[in-house]
Amino acid sequence: MAFNLFKNKKEQSNRPSNNILEKFKRGLSKTRKILTTDINELFSSGKNSDEAILERLEEILISSDLGIEITMNIVEKISKKFQKNSNPEELKQVLKKELLALFPKKSDSTDSRQIKKPYVIMVIGVNGTGKTTTLGKLAMKYTSAGKKVLIAAADTFRAAAIEQVEIWADRSNASIVKHRQGADPAAVAFDGVEASIARDVDVLLIDTAGRLHTQKNLMEELKKIKRSVGKRLKGAPHEILMVLDATTGQNAISQAKLFNEAVGITALALTKLDGTAKGGIVASIANSMNLPLKYIGVGEKIEDLEDFNAELFINALFD
Amino acid sequence: MFDNLSDKLNSAFKALRGHGTLSEKNIQDGLKQVRMALLEADVNYRVAKKVISDIKERALGQEVMKSLSPGQQVVKIVYDEFTEMMGSSHEDLDLKGKIPCAVMLVGLQGSGKTTTCGKLALFLRKNGKKPFFVPVDVYRPAAIDQLKKIGKQLDVPVFQSTCDMKPLDICRKAEKQAEELGCDVLLIDTAGRLHVDEKLMAELSAIKKGIEPCEILLVADAMTGQDAVNIAGSFDKILDLTGVVLSKMDGDARGGAALSIKAVTGKPLKFIGVGEKFTALEPFHPERMASRILGMGDTLSFIEKAQEAVDEEKAEELAKKLKKNQFTLEDFRDQMASVRKMGSIKDLIAMLPGVNKKQMKGLNIDDSQFARIEAIINSMTPEERKTHSIIKGSRKKRIAKGSGVTVQEVNKLLKSYVQAMKMVKKFNKGGMRSLKNMLPF
Repeated sequence: MAFNLFKNKKEQSNRPSNNILEKFKRGLSKTRKILTTDINELFSSGKNSDEAILERLEEILISSDLGIEITMNIVEKISKKFQKNSNPEELKQVLKKELLALFPKKSDSTDSRQIKKPYVIMVIGVNGTGKTTTLGKLAMKYTSAGKKVLIAAADTFRAAAIEQVEIWADRSNASIVKHRQGADPAAVAFDGVEASIARDVDVLLIDTAGRLHTQKNLMEELKKIKRSVGKRLKGAPHEILMVLDATTGQNAISQAKLFNEAVGITALALTKLDGTAKGGIVASIANSMNLPLKYIGVGEKIEDLEDFNAELFINALFD
Repeated sequence: MFDNLSDKLNSAFKALRGHGTLSEKNIQDGLKQVRMALLEADVNYRVAKKVISDIKERALGQEVMKSLSPGQQVVKIVYDEFTEMMGSSHEDLDLKGKIPCAVMLVGLQGSGKTTTCGKLALFLRKNGKKPFFVPVDVYRPAAIDQLKKIGKQLDVPVFQSTCDMKPLDICRKAEKQAEELGCDVLLIDTAGRLHVDEKLMAELSAIKKGIEPCEILLVADAMTGQDAVNIAGSFDKILDLTGVVLSKMDGDARGGAALSIKAVTGKPLKFIGVGEKFTALEPFHPERMASRILGMGDTLSFIEKAQEAVDEEKAEELAKKLKKNQFTLEDFRDQMASVRKMGSIKDLIAMLPGVNKKQMKGLNIDDSQFARIEAIINSMTPEERKTHSIIKGSRKKRIAKGSGVTVQEVNKLLKSYVQAMKMVKKFNKGGMRSLKNMLPF
């Protein structure tokens, strides 16, 4: 949460507070949009009929892109409680529990102290979700934690993608391995691993070209990149981070499914949460595929990539 | 999940057999299914609610068409409503006004503005225009480079912006330069921005004011979810968009965002992006989008095609001929042509409700056979077509030669014609059902 605190420095200096929860809440002011707003308001308004409340709840959940299935499940559970005449507080607890249950329990395997060098992270996703920006922010995060970072510019397809990564490498003080535009991305990734080993790099970040999950050839290409990385370094890539755009709707499920089938996703990152999109679909994916949501992108600045913590976030929704 | 809305509708309407009337009661279940399909396709919650109530109003009291099941009837109503909502036809770019005129592309980060810029350049050039790229994304690393490279690749001149320039200054200078170069359309590639970013949105209105573009197109990702209404609504409010380009349509997204965007802005969807190549830009077709959102293009096209192919008058004429036993080889050919008009036979069979895709796998139908049959009939004299019984040995040889087939094939055709004659006698009143029976398998 270091980045949260950093971001809110100004605010904090104006209103000093020792309450840790308060700090989290402020830090999560953007995060809390991820699923829903107005939950408190919804349950506190005692005037509405049960049916109206349920309909409003349905609207809130669906408008957060949570998807029909999860929405219907939650609405049904709440409506059962209604029949037993429970009070708003109890209903809130049910909703809280249900929402929290969507995120898989944390199995923190990414403690950086235990990790062998180089730790290889491959960043994947469809076009325009923010892979390169996320990668740049990750590079920054690692270098400022004193790690030696190398970036492999394996998006050799899009015009100026290599230049874009170069700028990020420059900003974050990471080194870079690149070929020409149009080169074989698997070869770039392979060279990246080789260079990482030779230069005693801590973290290797592999940028890949955006591709629609329905493009068979491009998915094959992605498999090849992964294979060639594994060829040079057994067990690599250690992390395959799928970047999802919070504005994406139900199609994200199909994206995650097909990318997972092709290369196996280990974690999710959700970007563009600083808009009005709630990105609820990620809960559905995390839930159905048992994948952790590791990072959330809440702005364009380097420090705007936050670690995601489901409990804090759900609590902040209600408090 | 809802790949087969029509099946769901059909089961919802099981109780309503034959030629009933759609009533509030019997339509309830069906509409619930439609609503689910809409939400599953990312149509905004409120938009879906409105659509459903409109459809209900439209459907109540309608008589179910003879040729359709009640489920199909509801789908047809939904489809008509959708098509109406999304505009009845394709709207082209409007490049009237001063020369050079400007087309400004706006949207969120990663929606596909720069790629669309490249695609539009090719499109414009094909239409005799001379496009000029104006990169004004001074924020994203290497964004200007990206457009410069695309310009080089497509041989389109690019204004040489740099990151330290101000977007509006770039546009003004670019306007002058385009004039000098004899270019008539500026393609202004703006930086991606969130609609809630007041500062950056103000920058867009400043550009708009400064250069008065003839088109301001919102480039929106076809995969956008519920938030599409907020995004499009905000951009439209601030910039008064002239149209929308829906990108990344080559994926498997249903594209409900299209409906949401249209509903909230009322602005026409002009193009869709269907691939990473610069030629992958297509005009927007409301009908196609409607069936895609419903996720049941197949059934819809079946309904449509069936209506199209069976010309009522012709059918009546045919019925008369049948009564007089005058169904000639010529009519046989025409019948076949009308079946073929509905698409490849394999596609047609796949569209029929109740045929599942697994069964289709083993089925190998060669559509070229129909072309041969047509060729054979075309090689006959009018007399032979009228009276098939006169076709004997030497005539058969001549026909075979004329159409490039063997005599056996001519025999085979004559045999199936005789068979069809028998079947055709069952042909009553010209409904689809009897046409289906005429398929030779």
